[in-house]
Amino acid sequence: MSAVLEFVAASGAITLAAFEQVGRLWLFTWRSIFALFRPPYYWRLMGQQILRIGYYSLPVVGLTAFFTGGVLALQIYIGSDRYGAEAFVPQIVVLGITRELGPVIAGLMVAGRVAAAIAAEIGTMRVTEQIDALTTLSTNPIRYLVVPRLIAAVITMPILVAIADSIGVLGGYVVATTTLNFNGSVYLKNSIDFVTNEDIYSGLIKAAVFGFIIALMGCYSGFNSKGGAQGVGTATTNAVVAASILILAANYLLTSLLFVR
Amino acid sequence: MTQPKVELRGVKKSFGSKVVLDGVDLVLGNGESLVVIGGSGTGKSVMIKCVLGILRPDAGQIFVDGEEVTDLHGRARDHMLKQFGMLFQGAALFDSLPVWENVAFGLIQGHGVKRKQARDIAIEKLAKVGLSADVAMLSPAELSGGMQKRVGLARAIAADPKVIFFDEPTTGLDPIMADVINDLIISTVEDLGVSTLSITHDMASARKIADRIAMLYRGKIIWQGATEQIDQSGNPYVEQFIHGRAEGPIQMELRR
Repeated sequence: MSAVLEFVAASGAITLAAFEQVGRLWLFTWRSIFALFRPPYYWRLMGQQILRIGYYSLPVVGLTAFFTGGVLALQIYIGSDRYGAEAFVPQIVVLGITRELGPVIAGLMVAGRVAAAIAAEIGTMRVTEQIDALTTLSTNPIRYLVVPRLIAAVITMPILVAIADSIGVLGGYVVATTTLNFNGSVYLKNSIDFVTNEDIYSGLIKAAVFGFIIALMGCYSGFNSKGGAQGVGTATTNAVVAASILILAANYLLTSLLFVR
Repeated sequence: MTQPKVELRGVKKSFGSKVVLDGVDLVLGNGESLVVIGGSGTGKSVMIKCVLGILRPDAGQIFVDGEEVTDLHGRARDHMLKQFGMLFQGAALFDSLPVWENVAFGLIQGHGVKRKQARDIAIEKLAKVGLSADVAMLSPAELSGGMQKRVGLARAIAADPKVIFFDEPTTGLDPIMADVINDLIISTVEDLGVSTLSITHDMASARKIADRIAMLYRGKIIWQGATEQIDQSGNPYVEQFIHGRAEGPIQMELRR
């Protein structure tokens, strides 16, 4: 009997904790969005963050996009070869990259890089009382720390994805022309003729949403970190895991909103 | 009776089931130096954070200059905080900014002073705490603990506050540096004519900087009086604390 009670109590505690987390995150999100529309804005910090989130993510996003495009071309070729449909490789690669893989791969890579860095930085500021110090110096920590990162991420992610899209298609092109005997100019013409503006825009909209998720989860985990070094470590892990899961969930939701009519 | 600078009435704060403040009543007079003593984990920091609005008390009221500030938020809170300065336990300097920008932070962000002018003020404040202008360009990570505390003090006094809070100003410093910081606190308080509330468990420091001492135990103020009276408090808790005895009415919570 007591074992049953214990089980019920434990599951109840877990449920309560989960609701508490959701409530906290919701409150944090709401406060951040509210702060987005109220001055003062810290332009200098925003510039720094654009550099950190956007510019320094270019190598990692570019490399992953290149290999993803390449492997996509290879797999589609191998698969469609069975039906004699291998001529469709460029069309499927460009569609897959712009609609799904460009934003998702870039989102996940930036989540690993940036959400972790944000959570570690803000988490350290939390445990060393720097966030409390901001408050005592009449500076709203949400406006000073969260808003610049949110704006920077929402601005730079679409740019990163636009670059990732181009490099991804290039990856497919390189594989197709060097190992699959495609004619380079035909490949490019097929890609460009097939892709529509909507394919590209939808990917960029996804990118902006992913940018918001990445910065928000990094800041949220950092703000709520407790204890010392270990707490900051946990916050960093949580930020990356939560951002990645939310990106994939949001991706499904956005795809169904943008494409299913 | 003259208007107290800061007053707490029946302030309560709990975290989950743990009661930290259980009805604190405390008055900080104008120009007074009050030191609150108490063991680690008795809620001294929580009390200060309630006054500053970093934490919201569960019950009770807080007054500044006779006006209730318990539920202030947003701009009104920022405005109120402009007359407060705080020195944090670990100095809490912003490690992404050079020393001078740390000192000038409140001036630039809160008071809208131009960067160049704020920088001159910062260097002047650094001189007040005995640091040369060369230090201004360093990053906080390059400074020793004692120097970081001094920069923290310079930051706390940069915007000419009316009230300064010191959270364990001497903790983690060697005895000589601790005394240097004590002297700095006394001289800045005299120069600026501010009211100060310090929390500490360092009795040497408390005796030196306090006009009045109050002791916090189990979330309540159990004794308060002038510094000279602390040796004749007649309170067994205070006796045990100021003499640092393991035996006595205060039982250390060794297990949580």
